[in-house]
Amino acid sequence: MNLFDYIRPATLPEAIAAGARPGASYLAGGTALLDLMKIGVAHPGQVVDISRLPGLDRIERLDDGAIRIGALVRNADLARDPGFAAACPAVAEALLSGASAQVRNAATLAGNLMQHTRCAYFQDPHSACNRRNAGAGCDAIGGETRGHAVLGWSDACIATHPSDFAVPLVALDAVVEIAGPDGPRDMPLADFYALPDATTPGGVTLAPGELITALRLPPEAAGFAANARYVKLRERTSFAFALVSAAAMLRIEDDRIAAARVALGGVAARPWRSSAAEAALIGATPGTDIFETAADLMVKGAAASGDNGFKIALARRITTRALTLAAAGTPARMPALPASVFAPVTGTASHA
Amino acid sequence: MPDPMNPAASGHHVRLGSNSGQPMTRRDGAAKVTGTATYAADNRPEGLVHAVFAGASIARGRVTFLDVAAARAHPGVIEIMTPDNRPPLHVNPDEKFHAFAWRTEALQDDTVRYAGQPIAVVIADTLEAATEGARLLAPLYASDPARIGFDQGTRYDPPAVGIGAEADFAKGDLAAGLSAAAQVTETRITTPLQYHNAMEPHAIVAEWTEDRLTLDTPNQAIVMSRNAFAQYFDIPAENVTLRSPYLGGGFGSKAIIVGPQLLAILAARMVQRPVKLVLRRDQMFGPVQHRGATQQVVRLGMEATGRLTALDHHATASTSSFDDFIEPAANASHNLYASPSIRTRHTGVRIDTGTPGSMRAPGEASGSAALECAMDEAAEALGLDPLEFRLRNYAETDPASGKRFSAKALRDCYAQAAARFGWADRPLAPGQMRDEDGLLVGWGMGTCLFPAPMFPARARAVLRADGTAVVETAGADMGQGAWTALAQIAADGVGLPIDKVVFHSGSSDQPDGGVAGGSAHTASAGGALHAAGGDAIRQLAEIAAADPDSPLFGTGNTGVTARDGRLYRSDDDSRSDSYSDIMVRAGLTELTGTGSGARDPANEERRAMFSHGAVFAEVKIDPELFQIRVTRMVGAFAAGRIINPHLATSQLTGGMIWGLSFALHEEGVHDLRTGRAMNADLAGYHVPVNADAPSVEAILVDETDPYVNALGIKGVGEIGITGTVGAIANAVWHATGKRVSSFPIHIDALMG
Amino acid sequence: MTLSITLVVNGDRHDVSLQDARPTLLDVLRDRIGLTGTKKGCDRGQCGACTVLVDGRRVNACLSLALTVDGADITTIEGLATGDDLHPVQSAFVACDGFQCGYCTPGQIMSAVGLIAEGDAGTDPERIREGMSGNICRCAAYPGITAAVLDAQARLADSERTNG
Repeated sequence: MNLFDYIRPATLPEAIAAGARPGASYLAGGTALLDLMKIGVAHPGQVVDISRLPGLDRIERLDDGAIRIGALVRNADLARDPGFAAACPAVAEALLSGASAQVRNAATLAGNLMQHTRCAYFQDPHSACNRRNAGAGCDAIGGETRGHAVLGWSDACIATHPSDFAVPLVALDAVVEIAGPDGPRDMPLADFYALPDATTPGGVTLAPGELITALRLPPEAAGFAANARYVKLRERTSFAFALVSAAAMLRIEDDRIAAARVALGGVAARPWRSSAAEAALIGATPGTDIFETAADLMVKGAAASGDNGFKIALARRITTRALTLAAAGTPARMPALPASVFAPVTGTASHA
Repeated sequence: MPDPMNPAASGHHVRLGSNSGQPMTRRDGAAKVTGTATYAADNRPEGLVHAVFAGASIARGRVTFLDVAAARAHPGVIEIMTPDNRPPLHVNPDEKFHAFAWRTEALQDDTVRYAGQPIAVVIADTLEAATEGARLLAPLYASDPARIGFDQGTRYDPPAVGIGAEADFAKGDLAAGLSAAAQVTETRITTPLQYHNAMEPHAIVAEWTEDRLTLDTPNQAIVMSRNAFAQYFDIPAENVTLRSPYLGGGFGSKAIIVGPQLLAILAARMVQRPVKLVLRRDQMFGPVQHRGATQQVVRLGMEATGRLTALDHHATASTSSFDDFIEPAANASHNLYASPSIRTRHTGVRIDTGTPGSMRAPGEASGSAALECAMDEAAEALGLDPLEFRLRNYAETDPASGKRFSAKALRDCYAQAAARFGWADRPLAPGQMRDEDGLLVGWGMGTCLFPAPMFPARARAVLRADGTAVVETAGADMGQGAWTALAQIAADGVGLPIDKVVFHSGSSDQPDGGVAGGSAHTASAGGALHAAGGDAIRQLAEIAAADPDSPLFGTGNTGVTARDGRLYRSDDDSRSDSYSDIMVRAGLTELTGTGSGARDPANEERRAMFSHGAVFAEVKIDPELFQIRVTRMVGAFAAGRIINPHLATSQLTGGMIWGLSFALHEEGVHDLRTGRAMNADLAGYHVPVNADAPSVEAILVDETDPYVNALGIKGVGEIGITGTVGAIANAVWHATGKRVSSFPIHIDALMG
Repeated sequence: MTLSITLVVNGDRHDVSLQDARPTLLDVLRDRIGLTGTKKGCDRGQCGACTVLVDGRRVNACLSLALTVDGADITTIEGLATGDDLHPVQSAFVACDGFQCGYCTPGQIMSAVGLIAEGDAGTDPERIREGMSGNICRCAAYPGITAAVLDAQARLADSERTNG
């Protein structure tokens, strides 16, 4: 880890001023940045500790029914907040399926959304990586790629976004509130993660000095609470990143799907949505046939970026699974193994 | 004179103590749960500085440049050690000067033999400065293409495998056996590079005081390593003190000397201060051994009745470009199933990794994985229940040598584990079982086998006139429970309750406790402690028998029994004398006995000695997404006399979970182009977490082994992995109908 | 320039000077304060060996810069027992053989204390296994660990009933 200046601003404007300096990085929970500094991937000249900025640790229900979550709310606190978990159960389930209890106790909302890909070539400073070093190339291509992208990738970058949390959030049209040298702005979370194009890698699209202050879930997000699930396929029962994952949320009225939200994780540089898939679900009677149709639409255009073609089939199947579980109803209690295929399907009651 | 090796058998005195066999909790338990147990890296001698080595980022070539100036300029950096200024070593690190000496890297030149190899050491006031200093060295290389993976390596016929084991073996006529077979199956299995990854990374604190060297470093062979360190630095062995009271796991990786240890000692000499060097987790994937990858082919020939006619096991295993440790996988087929013809062979492949070494059940684990999968496939071909098939090939004598077994309660293991598991209800065909949530359910089994070797070990027992004793051996507790089990044996050896015995272990100033490996430590060091106690008691008995003031005067050939600090006349329990009284009358403050652990060579010659077991596993698998969970495992093990059932059970369940880890998780992934490990951390290199092992049970099967050694002890440390890997793979087949050909079993292997 | 921080560790106040901003809470506890009970297993939040309580919450000490926890109340493994009286979680780990080599044990125990305080797992072994899955035990003492957490929870509940 290089030597750096440590700055702990007292106010948001001070933080932005410090964060706008060249070489500055914001630090909140530390679980992501500190890790990257240790492995030689991040070397900030100034670390701007925003963990004590006032007013950014609240979970609020706004007058219009929207939910606003402060940037510094810890993952565990959000997942455990009874009001939030009731309104957005799939988000809580996704949160609880990520990392470990210790990491969730430290990691913040903003830090989770800002985290970098876990691509091994990104994490290895000796490998070429366009994300770390624009124009350097991508050593992941042709390398060990079992976990890499099957949607939205390019020859510039085949990395995936690792967050579980972001998957249902993107599906729910979450909006990121950003503060920066040029004032505040809002950005849909989906747009917050750029996909790679032919020459540039994907990644977070913040300008120098900008930081997340909050995340807002629109009023309609809570309308899916009765039929909302997150399912995460992984090669260890817990404490593992997703191979593929899916969030599925349905609003069912008179036995028909009135609204549908679906997103895939672990397949692209951002949580992956398909308007066609969601449109196909609207008006249909919940059932395997329509779920499989939607699943096909979700992976339309998917292609292997290496030894990962099997993830396309898994992405399709996990979409169907998540929709099936969502249709069966949100469990009355968070499963013992959140988002796991080994969480019992039976013995759980659906919300009315 | 009584036989000091085997006092119990001499008839002179009999000591059936009350300590061994008791399910005591760990004697080091309080230290471990309060954080006061001192592991190597916890030592902080006055004046301590920190050393960090820089590792090569190429797998083959030469270092052409190190930015020493940049590293030296970093605040806090004290010194940079490179091949140009490294102090001399008396022994070339490439010399194999004893059986357990691996060629290692200690900056002897600028060559790079594998990614992660130490190429320089930075010494600094703080760990942070040393770490950054090592990064600032920014090496340049002249690199050659990496050779990683079986296809890129160079194949050769190894003269030996493991540590001095035979590379090729044949019994009977394999060709005849195969041609006589009604059916022949061929099973191909590959296993990956696996890294020990003890929770405690390799660590050393080295301090020179003139020509005396004090080392705090976890070690599984304390006196042997002390002697080797002394040779490297050309000082008398007694000038080296190696302390290893606790090891944070070893699993075979901490038995031999590795380059980073030598580098820390050299650094301490260079800067004339105590030096601490602790490997980062990523540095555990290079210079500190691993389990070589294997490609195995097992061919089985069977009669229609299910009797084997031929067993052919060929293992190809990876080693480094510069030293030889071939995972002796095929040798796992020597001693388990009866077959008139057995042939095993090994091929080596040289690749650009560090040199492999012993990793928990070296050869037995990977070989058993292939053999047990093959046995399951053969049972399927014959339409037989897998357990029934194994029983039809039950070896009444050792298949390789023809010797009788010293003891073999494997039938009991099969029966008890099968009954506990409910195996009788298993449908023969795969894909028949689902749980209430629709998950595929499969049941599989495997047989467990592990040899019962012994290593030379010595111990000392000192009886004190206050009625207590001090017993000592340089044993190693890496979690298996040596602090407890050895103390139990030692207490029985001196005929005292355990709370009257002070047990010293874990330091090179004690008698050589041998190697804590090969599942032999309790037998070897325990045998030595038992013998040392016997020697002390024999002397005490002689004093009492010759003392007219003793109630035991004139006991002579009748013999005595030692119990609770008193000697009793064997034929008259009313005549006894306390240790204290005997010693006080003789004017002794203490009385020293010594002993060594060894078995009767005649028994070794006549008997085959193994621990046995059987593991039954249940897996649940998602029918579309194919995530796997081992929902239940039951094992039963016969391993002679169990000193501490509580701790032996933990060893066995831990071993079974290692088998689970082998089957489903562990895999060192190297980029084939660069040779670098791409998952050199615990997020990428999976080992099981708590949620992966919901139900694991080990049954201890009674077994009396009168031949294996005086105490009847075999080992339990490694056997749990064997059998389990195959049991899980076979359960996966039973759930899905798919035979896997490579470990770990990935989701994509079950798709389609 | 030296930086100074104050930590209250196991009830004792420690004023610590740092040469630079880099040391983690873990390295400050071990190398500066000398509380070496907390272990470094991976230094990257991937094993849980360094788990401590910061203001009552279980976290990985390796992933906190010491400066960021300036002023915090830290509980480490050294702070659990009262004299020779082990904390119920410590006693339960001994009784249930919830460890072998002992290296991950301080982290396991601190994590268990945190888990019990969180109160989400109850007596469901599956929830305990999930809640303890951030603590890797290479010896694989997991059956004993789960049993120990259940056992300790029962002991704590009993003592609360008695005292309450």
